[in-house]
Formats: sequence, structure tokens, C-alpha cells
Amino acid sequence: MDVGYVELAIGSILISNFVLAKFLGFCPFFGVTRKMSDSIGMGLAVVFVMTLASAATTLVYRNLLLPTTPQHTNLLGLLGLPVPEGGYVLILKTISYILVIAVLVQFVEMVLRKSVPALYRALGIYLPLITTNCAVFGVALLNTEAWRDPANGLPVHLAAFNGFCGGLGFMLAMLLMSSIRERLAEYRVPKSLQGLPIAFISAGLMALAFMGFTKLFGITG
Amino acid sequence: MTDLIITYAGASAIALGTLAVLFGVILAVADRFFQVHVDPRQARIEEALPRANCGSCGFGGCAAYAEALAKGRAAGNLCTPGGPGVAKKIAAIMGIEVAVFEPKVAVVKCQGSYENTHNRFRYIGQPDCRAATATQYGQTACPYGCLSLGTCARACPFDAMVMDDASGLPRVLEDRCTACGTCAAVCPKNIIEILPKERYVHVLCRNLDPARLTRQACKVGCIACHQCEKVCPVEGSAIHVQGNLAVVDMETCISCGQCVKVCPVNCIGDFRRVRQDAGKRTADQKEVA
Repeated sequence: MDVGYVELAIGSILISNFVLAKFLGFCPFFGVTRKMSDSIGMGLAVVFVMTLASAATTLVYRNLLLPTTPQHTNLLGLLGLPVPEGGYVLILKTISYILVIAVLVQFVEMVLRKSVPALYRALGIYLPLITTNCAVFGVALLNTEAWRDPANGLPVHLAAFNGFCGGLGFMLAMLLMSSIRERLAEYRVPKSLQGLPIAFISAGLMALAFMGFTKLFGITG
Repeated sequence: MTDLIITYAGASAIALGTLAVLFGVILAVADRFFQVHVDPRQARIEEALPRANCGSCGFGGCAAYAEALAKGRAAGNLCTPGGPGVAKKIAAIMGIEVAVFEPKVAVVKCQGSYENTHNRFRYIGQPDCRAATATQYGQTACPYGCLSLGTCARACPFDAMVMDDASGLPRVLEDRCTACGTCAAVCPKNIIEILPKERYVHVLCRNLDPARLTRQACKVGCIACHQCEKVCPVEGSAIHVQGNLAVVDMETCISCGQCVKVCPVNCIGDFRRVRQDAGKRTADQKEVA
């Protein structure tokens, strides 16, 4: 299936928004959206990590995990290591992806701590939580989904773009959520619903609204 | 079968191991480039601070104050919630002299309770005094008075302010108040002031209107009758009527309480009894909300 930039963009930002349609990445979504400034910073960090993580994991997938095909050779096979029939996909996919993402997040933490210490302190614990964030791991896995391209997964540039758009969708959802929560904080909310419960209800209503984007321009998923 | 599994497992281990070593090297190199030098004293100071992030020191939170202290850019006695204890700890860590600390407390300068005043209209909107003030100065008859919506009580980081349901006025729990100034900053009418604890006498009114209007608005509003001025034993009077409102001069007032007795509307408050009783209470008898 030939996937283009536009389909990927609309698909990842609106139709299959990572937070509101796929329900991934709730931890920073509810944890950092109390203030809009925090959510913008977190959103930018996630965009950065998702783009790089998609690119890096696709490289790993195509060159280290897939069996040798006419399009790409398995580097492990080149080094002389034995490669099973279906490649190392089933064995090493999860753990190698997590490794790559963890390293990337560490790198982002170092850069932020040096260049924007205020943002680093504001994000606090949520920055290392991007590592275990299912949204980042999710986009890495989804780039290699069968429906996108049966044998190879997305090519690197498209995978990076998909990660970028996924991150943008994440940031969009967080911006919307934080603008709602900033106003909710001042209104009469019943005591039992104050804080997280009303945030969940709002997120549910937002997800309902985003369902209106299904099959936008004829694009599925 | 098993030897196949072992070979593939071994190959995976080698592959992952190399990848991990490669990434480790990259991170170590990056760490050298992105190193941030942190003064060890800064961490110790940050642990000594109350961590309330109230901002009364003038910095954007305890971490910012600790950083400024470690760089030698701030005085050691700026932490009001911390009090003399924290000032001593900071001086010990930084090796500097401790400055004198004057205990302060928040004073609510309004007695416009539900009994003493009335509303001009019914306010339906955000239950926040700032929002109510934006609506024609608020619903109370006195445009300078307390709106009883509780913004100050919610803003207090130490739970030292409670709204009294009977009177509608905020009550300062002086045992818990650290004089951080958050309530004073948040009150849209500037009714709350942070004043020294040693000064017991304060005029509990902020009404600047002439007596005719004040009497219509509130039973206990200051009418600028000058009785307090006449009776003050201090040379030149420690209490002055400025703009239809009596104001106590903190520098010269001796807290004798004479003005409190002669005020015809009882708008001057004497906190001597309350604070001395509080001083006599033991730790387990601390005032609760």
C-alpha cells in the first residue's frame, strides 16, 4: 500500500490521534496538562523523541531484525551471526525498541537540563516517563504494522514523518486538554469529581468529538 | 531444536550487547558536552527550605531561592515561612551571618460580616473574589469590603486561612500562618496585610468613603470621627485619619488599646489577648480550623 505524507499527517494527527483515538500516553496527558506552558514544553519534547525514535527504530527494524531480502540485508547475518527464518523480529523487536527509546530520552533530558533548566524542572518526573510512554513505543510499533506495508514496514523518512505527526497530534490533544483544565480549575465542580475524575470525563468527551474525524478525506486509520 | 534456540539467544545477546555498548558510549560523550555544574551547597540549602514554593522570598520558588543563595546573590533571612530556624540553617550552610527576624502574620482588615453589611445584588458567577470584583466591584454594599468567596483561603499554601461560615469573613489561624503573603497578593480588594505580630492594634476597615456612605454600607465601617486620634497617648498621635479612614502608624503605635475603647463603631481590633492566649497554649493545644 502506497502511503503518502498527507495520509500519514491527517491519519496520525486527527483520525488516529494517539491520545484520543488510540488511548496511548495517558500518563503525561493527565499529569502535565494542569498548565498550558507545561503541556507545550512536554508536547515539544514528545514530538522530538517520537520523531527520532521512529527513525531509529525503523533503521533497527529494517537492518537488524528483518531477514535478508532483496531490499535490505540483515547486518547481523553480515557479521556472521545466525539469522532465523523470520528474522529477529519476534525475538528482539520489543527489547531493542525500548533500548533505543530509553537512550533517546536520556539524551533529551541532558539537552534540556543544560539548555532550558526551567522546562526541565517543570516537567520533573514526566520527562523520564516518556521512556515508558506507550505512545512513543506505540508509534515505533505502528510504523511496522502489517497494514501499512506487509514485508518491510514504512521507509525511514515516512516513519520519521509519522512519528513527527503522532507527536504533533499528542501535543494538540495536550494543548486542548490544558486549556480546558485551566478553566475547569476555577469552576464549581462537585467535590468527588475535582481534579482527575473531571479530567477523565473531559478527555472522554474530547475523544467522542475526535471520532468525527473517522474516514476524513477517505483516509482510513 | 534446543541448540538452535541457544544459538539464536546467543546471537541476540551479542547483538543487543553491542548496541547497548554503542549507545552507552554515545551517552557518555553527550554527558561530557552537556554537563551542568551544580553547587553541592545548593542541594543542602534546598533541603533546609520548607519547599512550599510560596514566593515570599521574591524568587520563583524554593529551588530558585536556593540557587540564588548558593551563588551568593540573596540574603539569608528572606524565607518568611521558614522563620528564624531556616535562616539559621542557611547561615550555617553558607557560612554567613544571620540577620534579625521579625515575626509577622496576616491580618484581615475588614469586619464586613453577613450581619454588619448587606449585598447590593446577587452574584452568580465564578466563585472567586477576583471575578466578583470585576463585576461592579463585587456584590457587597461596601465597595472596599470582603466578598466572602474564599479566594484567600484557597490560595493559602499552609491551610492557615479558613472562611467562617457564620460571618462570611476569612479567619487567620495565627499558629499556622507563616506570613508568606500569598493571601495578601490574591485578595482583589487588598484587605489582607502582612503585619508584625508584636503590633496588636489595627484598624479593621478599608472604607475610604465619607461617613454618610459608610454608615449606609456597613455597621462597623470607619466613619473618620477622629475620636481615636484625640485619645491616643503617643506624642503626635500614632493613629491618623487619612482619606476618611483611620490608619495606625506601625512605627509609633505602642498597642495600648485606648483607641479601641473609644471607637464608636468598634472598627479597631485588639489582638493582644488573642495572641497572648495563643502564646500560653502548649504544642498539643494548637488552634485547629
